[in-house]
Amino acid sequence: MNVNEIRKDFPLLKKSDLIYLDNAATAQKPACVLAAEREFYENCNANPLRGLYELSEAATQRYEEARRTLQRFIHAESPEEIIFTRNATEGLNLIAYSWGAAELKAGDEILVSIMEHHSNLLPWQQAARRTGAALRFLECTKDGELTPQMVKEALTERTKLLAITQVSNVLGWENELAKIAKLCHENGTVIVADGAQSVAHFAVDVQEMDVDFFAFSGHKMLGPMGIGVLYGKKELLEKMPPFLTGGEMIESVSRTGAVFAALPHKFEAGTVNAAGAVALAEAARYLEGIGFEKIQERENALTALAMEELEKIPEIHVLGVKEARKHYGILSFTVDGVHPHDVASILDADKIAVRAGHHCAQPLLQYLGRPSVTRASLAFYNTEEEILRFAESIKQIRRKMGYGA
Amino acid sequence: MGHNTFYHEILTDHNLHPGHKHELEHANLALEGVNPSCGDDIWLKLLVEDGKIVSGAFTGDGCAISQASADMMLDLVIGKTREEALRLSDIFLRMIQGKASAEEVEELEEAGVLQDISHMPARVKCAVLGWHTLEEMLKRD
Repeated sequence: MNVNEIRKDFPLLKKSDLIYLDNAATAQKPACVLAAEREFYENCNANPLRGLYELSEAATQRYEEARRTLQRFIHAESPEEIIFTRNATEGLNLIAYSWGAAELKAGDEILVSIMEHHSNLLPWQQAARRTGAALRFLECTKDGELTPQMVKEALTERTKLLAITQVSNVLGWENELAKIAKLCHENGTVIVADGAQSVAHFAVDVQEMDVDFFAFSGHKMLGPMGIGVLYGKKELLEKMPPFLTGGEMIESVSRTGAVFAALPHKFEAGTVNAAGAVALAEAARYLEGIGFEKIQERENALTALAMEELEKIPEIHVLGVKEARKHYGILSFTVDGVHPHDVASILDADKIAVRAGHHCAQPLLQYLGRPSVTRASLAFYNTEEEILRFAESIKQIRRKMGYGA
Repeated sequence: MGHNTFYHEILTDHNLHPGHKHELEHANLALEGVNPSCGDDIWLKLLVEDGKIVSGAFTGDGCAISQASADMMLDLVIGKTREEALRLSDIFLRMIQGKASAEEVEELEEAGVLQDISHMPARVKCAVLGWHTLEEMLKRD
């Protein structure tokens, strides 16, 4: 992979000297994705799914083609299992409201991993309140490891659902979803996986993993903001009541009732984000064009370089396991004596963008005993030079904060 | 003062070697100030007698900006009357919004170094935490 050639695909990276290490928050967009969104509005803009004229049919066709591209991207069995949402959060809420209302009751247990982003925790906290089901936490080790064996020990006969992320947005830890899903199914438990931090980094196969639901956002995988995907197994989705109701999700409506549309449109109320879906499909093709093997190889090398550099500084502590390839580009760390917000501001002054705070995973950080951390998150388009400049800036932080002066 | 040099010596010195970060046994006013989003958390304690701030201190933790700002504030308001402290607080909060005159900023002494925080909108709440807490406790009393 020639990173200098790759970077030419990204307009923002081309014109800025910013070192962008906040890829886990949102990724930069290649020109082909921006062009796809624009092209849709320039050539196909009509309200899809309803119009009886050629332009609307073209819009519908493009939208449904995008669905099939995303189906292939995550290896779902059928396009009806691909529901377009705004983002992973909306997909997870959809399950919690719709599946939760139909299936959860007092006496049931919802098991949520401690490493969840708030978007795969709060919908279940609320579902527990609505239904009387109990919410229990699946804890990881203090090093941030979570094994199938730990899942096995946490499942009980009352566990109706497990909510678990594929890759932690704080630790970079990957949960072995195929093994975990098998344990869940042997126990009669439905598994909901959050793919927000995985889909941009490695190839996902929902059938091979055999998860029941899988939600992700488009913007973290080079797509636009405001479009995401919820995958669900057809037999589960078919039994679920609609989440949002309104236009474009019905067969017929009377004064007192309605017949809802078939999948996937039952879950896509209102005018859809067709341009976003088309652009997201382009992002998926772009990632596949580079190839996930190459993406992983490069991200692992960059992560290893960053970890090696940070390890040279005794006051820096990286969260999670030692192996770089188990971080998927995510490096959360603390600097002794310096608050993470100050770390981020000092890096910002050196034109390096990172995130600091609780990363929407407050229960995890409380559990690890660190209320707040700084996170650098890498992508394949970052360069070795950027990583070295980041490390150099980190080395200066304690001196800039008055230590050892 | 440029963005690049925001963390200069006055600020880092107040953060690492705060003069007023300790308990205050005889305090008659105390109030907690919290920035929930970033975890800045301070307890501000004052001894006010006959309308005058006789002594003051703070405890807690947070980023350098929140801690240094609280320390510089106490440097300024200890020995002042309640009204005078509220007037300075008003100047500080206006300075952060870019609405204080150069003469007024001068009155804030070292706390004036936080003037440029307005260029870092995400950090404004850190700088004003101590001052908001002071204002609230004096107005409440």
